[in-house]
Amino acid sequence: MSDTDLETFRAETRAWLEANCPETMRTPMRGEKDATWGGRNPEFAHPDQKLWMDRMGERGWTVPDWPSAYGGGGLSPAETKILREEMARLKCRNPLNSFGISMLGPALLKYGTEEQKLEHLPRIARGEIRWCQGYSEPNAGSDLAGLQASADDAGDHYIVNGQKVWTSYADKADWIFCLVRTDKSSKQGGISFVLFDMASEGVSTRPILLISGNSPFCETFFDNVKVPKANRVHDENKGWDVAKYLLGHEREMISGMGLGGPAGDPMIDAARKGVDPILRGQIALFQVRSQAFKAMSERFIDELKAGRAHPAQPSMMKYYGTELNKTRHELTMAAGGSDTLEWDSEASNHGAAPRAWLRTKANSIEGGTSEIQLNIIAKRILDLPS
Amino acid sequence: MPLYLTDEQTMLRDTARDFVAEHAPVSHMRRLRDANDATGFSRDLWKQFAELGLTGILIPEADNGLGLGHVEAGVVIEEIGRNLSPSPFLTTAVAAVEALKGTPHAARWFPGILAGETVAALAIDERAKHDGCIEMKAERSGNGFRLTGAKQFVAHGHVADLLLVAATTEHGTTLFAVPTDANGLTADPQRLADASLAARLTFDGVEVDADAVVGEVDQAPLARLLAAGRTGASAELLGVGGGAMDMTVTYLKERKQFGQLIGSFQALQHRAAHLYSEMEVARAAVLKAQQLLDAGDERAADAVSVAKAMTSLATTLSVQEGIQMHGGIGMTDEYDIGFYMKRARVLAELFGDANFHADALAQAAGY
Repeated sequence: MSDTDLETFRAETRAWLEANCPETMRTPMRGEKDATWGGRNPEFAHPDQKLWMDRMGERGWTVPDWPSAYGGGGLSPAETKILREEMARLKCRNPLNSFGISMLGPALLKYGTEEQKLEHLPRIARGEIRWCQGYSEPNAGSDLAGLQASADDAGDHYIVNGQKVWTSYADKADWIFCLVRTDKSSKQGGISFVLFDMASEGVSTRPILLISGNSPFCETFFDNVKVPKANRVHDENKGWDVAKYLLGHEREMISGMGLGGPAGDPMIDAARKGVDPILRGQIALFQVRSQAFKAMSERFIDELKAGRAHPAQPSMMKYYGTELNKTRHELTMAAGGSDTLEWDSEASNHGAAPRAWLRTKANSIEGGTSEIQLNIIAKRILDLPS
Repeated sequence: MPLYLTDEQTMLRDTARDFVAEHAPVSHMRRLRDANDATGFSRDLWKQFAELGLTGILIPEADNGLGLGHVEAGVVIEEIGRNLSPSPFLTTAVAAVEALKGTPHAARWFPGILAGETVAALAIDERAKHDGCIEMKAERSGNGFRLTGAKQFVAHGHVADLLLVAATTEHGTTLFAVPTDANGLTADPQRLADASLAARLTFDGVEVDADAVVGEVDQAPLARLLAAGRTGASAELLGVGGGAMDMTVTYLKERKQFGQLIGSFQALQHRAAHLYSEMEVARAAVLKAQQLLDAGDERAADAVSVAKAMTSLATTLSVQEGIQMHGGIGMTDEYDIGFYMKRARVLAELFGDANFHADALAQAAGY
């Protein structure tokens, strides 16, 4: 596409966003409840959230770079970048938060059958189905491949039994993408990747209350759940390939947390109001790392697009980004002082500050702990011996 | 522009990597140190840099240079850093060229730089910390100026052909191109911890003509000079930190203790992996600064501060972990890793340390 075409695309995109993004969706979010997740039983804190999600979904712009045949926008990388820039310019909120977009979608695009792509991807793009991820188990968190939830062969379907834990929003999800054991004799080579409806008979969930006072995570139980074999992605016992590919995308997504939000930085806002010189220095040194990591994120995305990134590089991004994010929130709490301790006041942005601080402590645990990421870097990038 | 090297830049890096590793490896620096060499670098090597065209990397094509940018200068400097090669490349071919570019001084000094005959030194700092404070006075005198004051931490200051001197004039700061044989100028070379030489310079009423002014009176192109110098120093730090990390990782794969390769110990693996992460993040920050500088982007100033501070932090970690993971042998003079630690400290101070640049970012952000 020529530069002129891209400029035309930018002008049209800008005009469309200005006409279609509701004013309320150009304001900073106030906590997790303002996020739009879609699904069969969607919850909207504001009706404009639905309007904005639907308008973007119709154009495929919730997933601008997916093929249009699967509900995407069919945009080139250059056009996708322009769309993101124009959205950032208008401070548009993310129209749709979705594990379907950030995790399952890329895995289906790579490993799914044509039928699976056509069945699931367009509904993800329009926010019709909300997905959750069935990975961790009580005894298989960091040792993910040690999972036990079983899928026994029953002809044209599997019978799934077992338990998952830390299933984000399982109680609100419509479908689950799930790792199950189809062969007990091989650890990584005995895992399959299956999709099924959370409304299936035998599925139950129980939220786990966290230190932040929120409960995004659940325990999830499977009791003789019937899953058609047509819902298996990739070959039987090859689920680990899909899982690893998907984890790369998950880590990439989580690493973005180190970048802070687009609408100002509460840490720096607080510092401007005045902090002691020692804290000021800590914040300034943090700013060095944070801005350097921002450059790293840009480089990582550029290298990914060009096929130049080391396949284990998402581990580094995840490790560094989440550790940075934890530091950011520690400093935000320190800079805000007692205001940030108020659990539900105006001063603490209705509890957003302390809850976000507590929530970040999970960043270096979920999606593979920092220690697991360091193991991966050491073995796969630095090639250190076992 | 994608944030990785183009094919042409990669080729240049490979050329520089092979050349520097062959002609100026760490043993080259060790020999100069052991001989207590009074120059501090090899004039022959500087000539060879010129023969490859490298001294003209930032000199415009119209002035017979290669007309390339800070990304290209950086890939060469990184190899200089990786091999701890003593070289006037950063001060002369990068910082000085950037300051002289587009001024009448270009015609006077660029041919010598292109030929590998001219060495430039930067007389900017006056105290132990780079702080932007300039007390040296340049007073109007006849047709020119009279310089009085002192500078320190002037790399190559005792052997340079050209000194770029920052001094306070009536309404600001002015940069002067001063020949090193000027009357009233004395240089006192001091060997630094890394075995390089940096001079303390005394200006006792040094008279210079009006045409010694680089740029405009009261408006020294210091920001340009320093941005180039800082970005170059960041690239050199990247080389020093990367070189030390490579040595360390290699050692972890060779050294056995308790009957096992020490690289199999998780305690060391995690530290090595953390170090790798810091170095990669620093690398991205440097390329970002180089690209923004080359694009003349207004965000370059912040990016340069980020690059200099981040590489100082990451490389300091790299050399410290290098010594610790090597154990006792890392403390010996015979082993090279210690040289990396010493060079890293010098570069960390050059053109402002991590704290100086973090402070600059804080001020820019308004806190």
